Amino acid sequence: MRRGRFTGYWLMLPAALWLALFFVIPFYSLLATSLYDPEGSVLTGYDVTYHFANFVDALDDFWEPLLRSLWYAAVATAICLVLGYVLAYAIAFKAGRWSSLLLVLVIAPFFTSFLIRTLSWKLILADDGFVVDTLQFLHVLGDDSRLLATPVAVIAGLVYNFLPFMVLPLYASLEKIDGRLIEAAGDLYASPSRGFLKVTLPLSKPGVIAGTLLTFIPAAGDYINASLLGSPNQRMVGNVIQNLFTSTGDYAAAGALSVILMAIIVAMVMVYIRTAGTEELV
Amino acid sequence: MVNARLSRRAALRGGAGVLLGGASLGVLPLFGSPDRKQDPDSCRARDLSASQKRLVVSNWPAYIDEDDDGYVSTLTEFEQRTGIKVDYTADVNDNLEFFAKVVNQLGSCQPSKRDMFMLTDWMAARMIQVGWLQPLDRTKVPNLHANLIDSLKGVGWDPDRTYSAPWQSGLSGIAYNKSKVKEVRSFEELLSRPDLKGRISLLTEMRDTMGLTLLSQGADPSDFSGDEWDDAIDRLRKARSDGQIRAFTGNEYIQDLSAGNILACEAWSGDVAAAEDENLVFVSPEEGTMIWSDNMLVPNLATHQGNAEKWIDYYYEPEVAAKLAAYVWYICPVKGAQEAMEKVDPTLVDNELIFPTAESLKTMHSFMALEEFQIRAYEGDFADVIGG
Repeated sequence: MRRGRFTGYWLMLPAALWLALFFVIPFYSLLATSLYDPEGSVLTGYDVTYHFANFVDALDDFWEPLLRSLWYAAVATAICLVLGYVLAYAIAFKAGRWSSLLLVLVIAPFFTSFLIRTLSWKLILADDGFVVDTLQFLHVLGDDSRLLATPVAVIAGLVYNFLPFMVLPLYASLEKIDGRLIEAAGDLYASPSRGFLKVTLPLSKPGVIAGTLLTFIPAAGDYINASLLGSPNQRMVGNVIQNLFTSTGDYAAAGALSVILMAIIVAMVMVYIRTAGTEELV
Repeated sequence: MVNARLSRRAALRGGAGVLLGGASLGVLPLFGSPDRKQDPDSCRARDLSASQKRLVVSNWPAYIDEDDDGYVSTLTEFEQRTGIKVDYTADVNDNLEFFAKVVNQLGSCQPSKRDMFMLTDWMAARMIQVGWLQPLDRTKVPNLHANLIDSLKGVGWDPDRTYSAPWQSGLSGIAYNKSKVKEVRSFEELLSRPDLKGRISLLTEMRDTMGLTLLSQGADPSDFSGDEWDDAIDRLRKARSDGQIRAFTGNEYIQDLSAGNILACEAWSGDVAAAEDENLVFVSPEEGTMIWSDNMLVPNLATHQGNAEKWIDYYYEPEVAAKLAAYVWYICPVKGAQEAMEKVDPTLVDNELIFPTAESLKTMHSFMALEEFQIRAYEGDFADVIGG
């Protein structure tokens, strides 16, 4: 009995250490960076002077890429939700013995690096590539227009890269649904579409919420898609942060912008979870 | 009743949050960023060159000749002659990016795991200033001091070439794809011609891109005023918001040019030759070109400085320099290489991209030396345009 009292705490230790090492300390370091004296430089060092004006300056200078990121991420998440729901639904209910194979195929792209896959899209969507040529031949695209370096390419890249994060939680919650409930809806004279709206959709809500979060959060902070598939006019906030850190060496602005992005996302997620009304995810 | 309980709980939670927040703010100063200045005398490693026949080099892509069937590269000949195994990586794509890669190590006297890297003048100057580089032993690099061309001697930031040895010099100008677009003659055309809209790229090197923009605005990059700078920045910002510019890149622009995603771009002189695509042409813009050099540098805590000095001395032999220049097509910093070129490739002896004449040197401009506060302001302005 006495020995058992602390077992729970001991078991928590690895997780607590992990969080401290890879979340709490980096988070404090980031927070400190955002409060650096902007007069410092990489070479002379930066002091933490609680310069809260960094946040105002960062918002003032970079509100445009910040809004753009949230907008692109929202559009990409919406597209992922539609595509992902159809796919997950098909795998869960219609694929029968093919379902495991299809799931493997959803995950298969992860066997190749994120960077390589995005670079390949650059080749596929190239100005002289077959996709653009075909679309121009069909007059979907004008002769002078292109796909690369447009918002379309960046959002398409985001959709492609984050679709599996939408499909997997959706599948997990759809697959758990007891088929007899849908049958029961049918027995009570619900049309298939009504049955879907009244039974399947509400029961898959945890999957929808988990999927949209897992897609939106990384998409809003992504910079690879914008830097490989976009032009300077499609820069997202991730690109700005990366540039401030590595090129300009303006750690204070970079840190402040990172904290702002984090705060906005946390706030949006909390509002979302409150209004969607679920405490448990998946 | 329930409400009262809830609000008390909320108050407790809030109080705990404020306490925790307050305590947190207390630990923040621990995360300040230290001064990066080092002393090369105290931050030196024992030279293992005698026992370890190795050399770790970082350089820019397409900046050295490579073995090809029948052709033995200068690097392979160096390995054969000295028995030193060279670990050569082309991982320098942009000066600032490379700086960010090594700042944590070199700035705190930790090994950068490299014995030598090649960086552009202004960055080399900066690294000397903060004491990240080891002085070269003059007696071990006699060829450097005997054969360095006069125009590269006595630079302000390293007058005696104690810390740096030029690897190659080069020009920043324009490249275009002649199978797709008619000749691009000036930088102003690059920034404004409608048929190039969304199909050009510029370089992330501030001094190259802003140098050419300043020239196109009629200013002198080696001596410009704050107003002239502002005009040039506005010119560039306008080109960007017009959608003229597809991307700001490091060395990777050449793939996009070959693939046809961009039709014309700001380019470094040797890259076009290295791409081996006969449709790509390098032009010196009418307004003038920017000239720069990249320098071989030995960082603090390099463990094979002796081997690095052997490498430097080897590349300052005129025959070796000529062979390298014939391959990379950059301006050769070695005296006597032009004569040695007769044997390597007679057609290149009078190539102005490799051996510029006094006449053509007049159209080549260098960027003025900047104070640290100017660097911050100018790099900041430029980053705003390319990244924001």
